[in-house]
Amino acid sequence: MEEGRPIFVQLAEQIENDILSGALPEETQVPSTNEFAAFHRINPATAGKGVNLLVDAGILYKKRGIGMFVATGSRDRIVRQRRERFEIDYVQPLLVEATKLGLTHDEVAALIRTTTMEGSTS
Amino acid sequence: MSPVVQVSGLSKHFGSVRAVEDASFSLEQNKITGLLGRNGAGKSTLMNLLTGQEFATRGDIKVFGASPVENASVLRNICFIKESQRYPEDFYVKHVFKSAPWFFENWDAEFAEQLIDEFRLPTARRIKKLSRGQLSAVGIIVGLASRAPLTFFDEPYLGLDAVARQLFYDRLLEDYSEHPRTVVLSTHLIDEVSMLLEHVLLIDDGRIVIDEDAETLRNTATTVVGTRSAVEAFVAGREILHRDGIGGLASVTIGGLDDSERAAASAAGLELTPVSLQQLIIRKTGTTTREFEQSA
Repeated sequence: MEEGRPIFVQLAEQIENDILSGALPEETQVPSTNEFAAFHRINPATAGKGVNLLVDAGILYKKRGIGMFVATGSRDRIVRQRRERFEIDYVQPLLVEATKLGLTHDEVAALIRTTTMEGSTS
Repeated sequence: MSPVVQVSGLSKHFGSVRAVEDASFSLEQNKITGLLGRNGAGKSTLMNLLTGQEFATRGDIKVFGASPVENASVLRNICFIKESQRYPEDFYVKHVFKSAPWFFENWDAEFAEQLIDEFRLPTARRIKKLSRGQLSAVGIIVGLASRAPLTFFDEPYLGLDAVARQLFYDRLLEDYSEHPRTVVLSTHLIDEVSMLLEHVLLIDDGRIVIDEDAETLRNTATTVVGTRSAVEAFVAGREILHRDGIGGLASVTIGGLDDSERAAASAAGLELTPVSLQQLIIRKTGTTTREFEQSA
């Protein structure tokens, strides 16, 4: 966790990342608020706020007396939301830096085509 | 949730010194509140007032709904770990832990044993012979194992090494999770504890200047860095918390920004950096980073 941004937002993002990566598959139980608090060394109320953010978004749901579970379809929903933000979060900063360096959009596009991701098969 | 502590118009003057001036706030039940402020800001005086160890010059204090002064039913629910706790002459470490259950009805002897072990505290040693860090460990163990419904820690870590401080934070969080209670942590080491806090009270020159949810505070400031002209254009008309610069570059701390403002900033070639709770508090108490760190 980093300083300067609300911790509960960061926790929610990390849980989403774990759902995206498959570390937390749909319909599995997520750690308890107290477990999140101890692991990240954050206030339990803050951890609860992060979890509740995902409950409100329908990503997690509560099973009475058992705990929090990953909702079916939540992975797709996270993918959709992240794609909507992809331009603002990644493409715009990339183009700002490219402009500073005098790279045209075409040159950036060419770079994207020739750059292979480490460990990727495509 | 009902407040455990309710203070209104509280002042404490020592002669011409206004140690606490017109403070009004409340502490909600089962929250960890950070009581932050510079040396001499009034933190310890405030805690002495809340625990009935000082008489208020003016104003009203309610702890568990009643005045704490000489009120046994209030005081037995309070554990106050002072920075410089005095113990009876010739007391051994083990005597402290033997007498603690007389004062704290929720005392957990097993938990105390575990902590003594983890802090490697020599129980067969005289209190007088302890190092500063070991003395702090005694206070921390009493504060945690007493499980008092209202616990104050006043700079509890003096002389403790980084490992022992981390141990304190970890055990505080764990035990608080299992046994929720109201905790007030007075500290200089804001970066170390900021993530443990749910609420922040900042006292400066005797006055409460911040009384806010910790998560809300984290969102209240951003530093904008870039060329002087671009930065000045962007921050024009906003409240400025701090201004810094070198050559043609400017770095200005302003209030929090929303998504569209962030996008506008990055389109203008400006860099946005987050402001930590510690930096924010330094800005609010009007001191430079260097001065603050030296006082820690």
